[in-house]
Amino acid sequence: MTYDKTFAALADPTRRKVFERLAAGPQAVVDLARGMPVSRPAISQHLKVLKEARLISDRAQGTRRIYEIDPHGLGQMRAWLDRLWDEALLSFKAEAERAAMHKQAKK
Amino acid sequence: MSTTIQPAPVRKTIVVAADPATAFEVFASRIDRWWPRSHTIGKGPLASVVIEERVGGRWYGVDEDGTETNWGDVLVWSPPERLVLAWRIAADWRFDPGLLTEVEVTFNAVAQGTEVRLEHRHLERMGPAADAARAAFDSPNGWAAIVALYAAEAALTGAGEGP
Repeated sequence: MTYDKTFAALADPTRRKVFERLAAGPQAVVDLARGMPVSRPAISQHLKVLKEARLISDRAQGTRRIYEIDPHGLGQMRAWLDRLWDEALLSFKAEAERAAMHKQAKK
Repeated sequence: MSTTIQPAPVRKTIVVAADPATAFEVFASRIDRWWPRSHTIGKGPLASVVIEERVGGRWYGVDEDGTETNWGDVLVWSPPERLVLAWRIAADWRFDPGLLTEVEVTFNAVAQGTEVRLEHRHLERMGPAADAARAAFDSPNGWAAIVALYAAEAALTGAGEGP
């Protein structure tokens, strides 16, 4: 795996969007294309680049191809960190606000 | 033409109803009170998380059996405005003192309290380790286990908090 390829793959904003959507769960092209301002062939092209960069993989499910984050790629580490910080910051917010209310009450 | 291409840093912004000093204190000194227990680097269940309050201070987790696992260290300690932590966990989930990714957290006073911005950057540096550690991902304690744990926890949290 070449890392240049990985990073080039994620440098494109649309591709990053596709990748982030896949971080939420495996999807078919038709689902990915929904709500995106680009055509389905364009999405397919982005998927191809992501696949070549080993950020995602695909498998057949009936007549459809399902795309998902490649668990071996660096991409999943980023996706994991992204969700980690989302969850951690929400938890932090609750604790900071509890602390602030506690200080307020002592005044 | 040569261009440096990097994965985007993870960037988050959240507003908390607390003054910056309180927000900083809770983030850094009381991380143990809020760090999600599902996110651990050590081998066993996570008992506590510690950030030592000084530049060069350690950032580590303590497993329930008392084992300490280093996560990184404090690069900048400037309460109440700014905290920069080194996150030295490689993609194989091991502490690597030679790896430097940075987590910068800034605290700015706004009308509603404090705007907290977090940026986790230089993720591309995890790359070579990710490649070298291919086997680790496939082990029972590798990626799959961590992601499964995370998914379970996220589902619970989501169910508890509503939409």
